[in-house]
Amino acid sequence: MSALAKMASSRLFWPVVMLLVLFAINLVAFPGFFEITVRDGQLFGSLIDILRNGAPTLIIAVGMTLVIATRGIDLSVGAVAAISGAVACSIILGSPDPGSLATVAVAVTVALLISLVLGVWNGFLVAVLGIQPIIATLILMTAGRGVAMLITEGQILTVNSPPFKFLGSGFWLGVPIAVIIAAVVFGLAALLTRRTALGMFIESVGINPEASRQAGVRARGLLFAVYTFCALCAAIAGLILTANTAAADANNTGLFIELDAILAVVIGGTSLAGGRYSLVGTLVGALVIQTLVTTVYTVGIPPIATMVFKAAVVTIVCLLQSPTTAEALSGFRRRLAVRSGKGVAAS
Amino acid sequence: MTKLLEAPTTNRQPRQRRGTGAGGAAPSGTGRRSPLAAALGLLTSPKYGPVTVTGLLFVAIFVIGGFRYRGFFSGQVFLNLFVDNAYLIVLAVGMTFVILTGGIDLSVGAVVALSGMIAASLLQTGWSPGVVIPLILVLTSILGLLVGLMIHVFKVQPFIATLAAMFLARGLCYVISQSSISITDPTFIQLAVSRIPLGAGLSITPSVIIALVVVGIAVWVLHGTRFGRTVYAIGGGEQSGTLMGLPVARTKVLVYVISGFCSGLAGVLFTFYTLSGYPLTAIGTELDAIAAVVIGGTLLTGGYGFVLGSVLGVLVLGVIQTIITFEGTLSSWWTKIFIGALLLVFIILQKVLTARRR
Repeated sequence: MSALAKMASSRLFWPVVMLLVLFAINLVAFPGFFEITVRDGQLFGSLIDILRNGAPTLIIAVGMTLVIATRGIDLSVGAVAAISGAVACSIILGSPDPGSLATVAVAVTVALLISLVLGVWNGFLVAVLGIQPIIATLILMTAGRGVAMLITEGQILTVNSPPFKFLGSGFWLGVPIAVIIAAVVFGLAALLTRRTALGMFIESVGINPEASRQAGVRARGLLFAVYTFCALCAAIAGLILTANTAAADANNTGLFIELDAILAVVIGGTSLAGGRYSLVGTLVGALVIQTLVTTVYTVGIPPIATMVFKAAVVTIVCLLQSPTTAEALSGFRRRLAVRSGKGVAAS
Repeated sequence: MTKLLEAPTTNRQPRQRRGTGAGGAAPSGTGRRSPLAAALGLLTSPKYGPVTVTGLLFVAIFVIGGFRYRGFFSGQVFLNLFVDNAYLIVLAVGMTFVILTGGIDLSVGAVVALSGMIAASLLQTGWSPGVVIPLILVLTSILGLLVGLMIHVFKVQPFIATLAAMFLARGLCYVISQSSISITDPTFIQLAVSRIPLGAGLSITPSVIIALVVVGIAVWVLHGTRFGRTVYAIGGGEQSGTLMGLPVARTKVLVYVISGFCSGLAGVLFTFYTLSGYPLTAIGTELDAIAAVVIGGTLLTGGYGFVLGSVLGVLVLGVIQTIITFEGTLSSWWTKIFIGALLLVFIILQKVLTARRR
């Protein structure tokens, strides 16, 4: 098999092609696309923007990948993001010294701890009660926004706290903090699941929970772990989103982000049927989505049409991954091979 | 109105006996059963249990509301449940078909918004309502058809296929207009403001009639036609349905067409209610519709459930909203928390009831 054919058969092939095509479109529309400049010791450029704006989606998508690998799904991540933002902002607002580092540390810690509780709740519904994941997390998705509204008392909480703001729009060594956090989350997930047997266990639960349990894998504990991890990721993303605007909006923080995250996972080649996953694929998927949004801006299409393009991308990816298409393609290839075989025999 | 509530109970009695008898659930299958055992059988059957609980719940909430608030216990408050939720009833009917086959449709909220936008923008440019409404229904049915084909032919999961449709519909809303378009067409205004008097100072809107007609047709289709039987068969076991020679493919695609059509119609009814099109309306309505169907006793794995149960589910959601309005001090976001809690209770109930049967 030639190197090219080997590459084409890889699951990462189509997502990477899509990303490159988007880059090419951007380069044509805006020649300075790949330029990265250093201003005041901070990196600037379209690529940096893509990384920074895509960070929350990527963080949630990492958690979502592990959930989907167990043949689950978590629809509540947007609501969890809203709750964590609301909790952090209300704590900062309620403290006598909103600008101090200690206050922000307490706020962030409490928000993350609450997200752990929410994750355990989802895990309980799925692992112990055995409710379908779509529906189990739908409950928190519906009720969670209500809870977030309760915390913010229906208002948009605006905070003036430099350390908190730093989480969303700060830079460290010239790199946006959000990107660093995303890289840490991604790296941790990759290390924990791919350098240990954990990833394999998660995949085995996705293929057959009962069989894996009988083989000695603690399926229930693993389900708890992935849903809790996913909620934690959602909370981190929620904090970044909230810190970026320095305001907690219970209705709009993380609205539709669950769909973007699922989309990133699906584009990355992780099957929704569970059983195998690719974190690198998710990374590429999240980049594709964010680059798509950026492309819509640079090409000059009204930004509001972004959702139509997302719909097109989901449809195309799903149709490409569909078994029907694969069958049709392999049939076509076989016919081609037969024809070329005949050609060789004739000559 | 009372007629509608009685309809399921009168239907239920004879069938219930047949159902549990065939299942062999009753310990004394041969003899005549006591009313208590019959009631217990009704409550614990996966087919009738949840919907019975929902009915009792609705009555209980309504009675509690009647004792707590002055003016709650009136016919008009009850009728307003239909007036305010006519579009949701139509949505829930479409969703019932989809969930009965074991699928799910996440696009309905966005399609409601899209049909509202199409209506508002076309009426603004002077199209006649007689053309606009059929056009909307055809377009949304076509969208449903595409979703159904994606699900059946390309084996895309219903969740993802309808998610794509949701993105598409929501995106098209923004493409049509980013701001609210008000409707000034005389026919629409006439339909929005006119009330049909029922005597004794009670009245309903034309939307309610349309919604009830849709419910009636859906009941007939599900219980009186081969198509309806196939819908239940697919939910019970798709492979068995195929092996029995039922037209599984056609039916599976058609339920999404029905859901698309119902979403379009619900969108039109919604514009009668709001008299405008706005791209951000009806966010989260798909969840309300799913919640209504689940609370109404349709099993999420498919196979069990009734359209009238879903109507009852909508009424329960409506009465909760009404109570929160009457309470005054409770904020509206409590609605979401209550709906979430109810959803949880009913899903656990379903789980318990189906587990007992195995």
